[in-house]
Amino acid sequence: MSVGTVKEVQRRVHMTLQVNGEEIDVSFAPYKTLLEVLREDLGLTGTKHGCELGECGACAVLIDGEPLLSCLTLAVECAGRAIETIEGLAQGTQLHPLQEAFADLGGSQCGYCTPGAVMTAKALLDKEPSPTPQRIKEAMSGNICRCTGYQQIVESVERAAGCCRNAEREAT
Amino acid sequence: MSAKRPLEVVGQPRRRVDSRAKVTGQTRFADDLSLPRMLHCKLLRSPHPHAIIEAIDVSRAAAYPGVHLVLTGKDFPVPFGIMPVSQDEYPLAPERVRYVGDSVAAVIARDEKTAEEALELISVTYRALPTISSPEEGLANPQPRIHDYGEQGNIHRNQSYEFGDVEAALATSDHVFEDVFFYEGDTHMALEQQASLASIDGDGKLTLASSAQNPHYLHRQLSAVLQLPASQIRVVAVQNGGGFGGKCDPAGHEMVVSKAALLLGRPVKICLTRQEVFYQHRGRHPVLMKFRTGVTKEGKLTAMHLQTLLDGGAYGSHGPASTFYTGVLTPVTYELPRFKFDACRVFTNKPACGPKRGHGTPQPRFGQEVQLDKIAEKLGLDPAEMRLNMVTKANSLTSNWLGIGSNGLAECIRQVVERSGWKDKHGKLPEGRGIGIAASTYMCGAGVSIYWNKMPHSGVQLLLDRSGQVTVFCGATEVGQGSDDVLASIVAEVLGIGTTQIRCVTGDTGITPIDLGSYSSRVTIMMGNAAMQAAGRVRDLITAAVIEPLETTPEQVVMSQGRVFAADDPNKGMSFVEAVVLAETKFGTLGTVGNYSPPKPPGKFKGSGVGPSPAYSFSACVVETEVDVATGMINIEKVWIAHDIGQSINPVHVRGQVIGGVYMGLGEALMEEQVFRRLPPKLSNALVHKIPSLLEYKTLTSADMPEVEVILIEEPDPNCPYGAKEAGQGPLLPVMPAVANAIWDAVGVRIDEVPITPDKVLRALKLKRAGKNPRVGPEYFPEVPYPEPVFVLPPNESGDGKESKKPERVAANRQTEVTS
Repeated sequence: MSVGTVKEVQRRVHMTLQVNGEEIDVSFAPYKTLLEVLREDLGLTGTKHGCELGECGACAVLIDGEPLLSCLTLAVECAGRAIETIEGLAQGTQLHPLQEAFADLGGSQCGYCTPGAVMTAKALLDKEPSPTPQRIKEAMSGNICRCTGYQQIVESVERAAGCCRNAEREAT
Repeated sequence: MSAKRPLEVVGQPRRRVDSRAKVTGQTRFADDLSLPRMLHCKLLRSPHPHAIIEAIDVSRAAAYPGVHLVLTGKDFPVPFGIMPVSQDEYPLAPERVRYVGDSVAAVIARDEKTAEEALELISVTYRALPTISSPEEGLANPQPRIHDYGEQGNIHRNQSYEFGDVEAALATSDHVFEDVFFYEGDTHMALEQQASLASIDGDGKLTLASSAQNPHYLHRQLSAVLQLPASQIRVVAVQNGGGFGGKCDPAGHEMVVSKAALLLGRPVKICLTRQEVFYQHRGRHPVLMKFRTGVTKEGKLTAMHLQTLLDGGAYGSHGPASTFYTGVLTPVTYELPRFKFDACRVFTNKPACGPKRGHGTPQPRFGQEVQLDKIAEKLGLDPAEMRLNMVTKANSLTSNWLGIGSNGLAECIRQVVERSGWKDKHGKLPEGRGIGIAASTYMCGAGVSIYWNKMPHSGVQLLLDRSGQVTVFCGATEVGQGSDDVLASIVAEVLGIGTTQIRCVTGDTGITPIDLGSYSSRVTIMMGNAAMQAAGRVRDLITAAVIEPLETTPEQVVMSQGRVFAADDPNKGMSFVEAVVLAETKFGTLGTVGNYSPPKPPGKFKGSGVGPSPAYSFSACVVETEVDVATGMINIEKVWIAHDIGQSINPVHVRGQVIGGVYMGLGEALMEEQVFRRLPPKLSNALVHKIPSLLEYKTLTSADMPEVEVILIEEPDPNCPYGAKEAGQGPLLPVMPAVANAIWDAVGVRIDEVPITPDKVLRALKLKRAGKNPRVGPEYFPEVPYPEPVFVLPPNESGDGKESKKPERVAANRQTEVTS
């Protein structure tokens, strides 16, 4: 058993990750995916898993603004990169327009795909403030939702896009 | 008692009570839970579809560093199963494995990786047995038996019911149509993989937190398997990340982690991999069906003889109920004077089938609605008109003794016909484009509990205190369908407050009154009625407490928008909180209960317990499609669906349930299939799952999903809370046949099986071009040794709902009547 303990110490890496704008020190086994580190080592269970093979989109997070599948990303690859998860989306108690819209328009049913879907939608709106419904459908096509039939997700993203544009207009 | 007022909460589009947690990622699903000192469990699964376990050696695994416990079948002497008549599963197979994926051993270790490594150190000696891959093989090979119980050989269930003399009616019908259909199996694919966390509380009791739709049934089964009093076990149904029926059965892994926690005194968690979820399955039964349907030349049904053959997979699961459901709801949509229904479920060496959204009814509905399309074609009738002319009536009894209450089917059909422009499109669109219609019905809760008892199906408890806080407790389970929101809405409506003022505590056998669970579309109706009763009792207490200060009578008291006042003098009133204070002052601590049991089923014959429901929802669907004759590709342009909801509790989410049902129906119609292949003999001859991954199990993505126009028909049903019926299952049902009928309209080919894939369309088009029958589907229905039918006279033939002992004489009488 003592040999096992030594091996375990050797197997861990220590890193500083930048998650939702905060620097967090974490140590983990180097084979762990970003999904596993977020959920198991940082307690950020908002990011979900539906397959752990890159098939469902439930684990999507933003890395340097790009929606990426955290189940296919090794955490050791993420040094110095800005990671955004669902937990960092609301500003204090103020929900992001995407969160408001998903909640109000039925974009979320069981809620399991919701964090991945919302983060993917955020990446879209950050780049394209006025996407067409067709464009939203394309951008969201990697996020499997088994409940909604997608229509209310698309409607939610459209509504949020409008809100974000209005907020932008008011701010300028 | 209090004054009437318009609805304030029910029927209003609102944010769900649990939405905020979902969009912030705060909702805790089972795999999001962790506890100090938690260990992890992994299961060793059989690579053989059918084998005897001759020896199992776990010594190397048990000695592996980091492993705390290894369990095998001998640790679980008691079998289980959701149905009392099918207690045929063990948490870990003790002697025999029955499908590739059957679990044989469990390792509990410090982490998942260590557990996985230790699994490889377990050596199992198997002796392979011959395997059964299909119901036909099962019928042809009674030996070896997959189970040593059941009707005979490998037949699990075999039954026959006849309501009126069907052969006599067919003999005198203007036309008799005979068609064979096949519906491939498919799976729920809830996005959340099942997870369970078992722990021992400070008081020594076991708590199991699990992704489970039916915590009450799981509680009972855990008690039996662990041989522990139910009072020592608490089952918490954590919010499910989708269920669709896949988390209804108590599952072996739930028993395994519970046992391990009891033995180790530490928390033990398991989360199934996606591949294991495909093995756990309990999804749609593959069903072969034969319809012999008699019609008049005007296109009215005279009688139907329906035969079904179900591929049950390796275990009983809900199979006895599923078998009934492949027939019993068939007569609910259209007037069908006589009905005969034979059904047979056969064991095969594949993952067990069970309940999936629509449980057993999508298969015959597909066959029935496609056959109706063919009948309309042959008789030169408009398929929509023909259906409208024979819809069942409200407050009527079907030939098989199901009592229909409210019935919005005709309006559903009229609406989809009008909105879709059906009359300008059907038979008139250019080649390659087509439109199809179908209709359906579903239960609002099963009329009878899974185990026989006379106790309530749902209980609700309300607790109020001087702060104005309202807490509602119910065993109902939130699986994503909005159960908590329905509960809060109904209580809020009765008490005249907002849903955000209510705290829901649900799905926890340790603290909530029993509700049977989230299945059979029962929650809104049964939990809702129980909630109305409990809230009504609180309303009465508050009313009694305020009449004196308000100087009014109980009939005049109104509770509305957070105020309590007199109808005749609305200025004279108080806040809800003040009223609660008065009530607590007058009556002491405030708490009420409510409960609900469905009405007694009208039928009195053995087997009449499956099919009755307090109410039935109805749906009609029109699908417009484009078919590429060069590739066979099907592009669904648009779907119109009308659903008779009775009354929407929250229209945003009713619409969501309807669109979600259409989505899943389109998947079943076009691509979803849980299929198997046999490995070559040199590779063990095993039956393996062809596609146990999300990449290979095809479903529609957002890019594939067509526009869905939803029309909600609101004909309140008196048996339902505020008249509200179900929306979770019904709207899936008409989609598959509407797609098949649209393809016929587009390119003139009949695909009599689902999924309807491009290769099948191309095959049918080739047949058409060759001048042959342009049809792809099953060619024949095998000989099935159905038993002699239970004969029951239909209500309109002076039946009393009981089995009639002399069907021969009845038949003879009928013959005489017809010929004279």
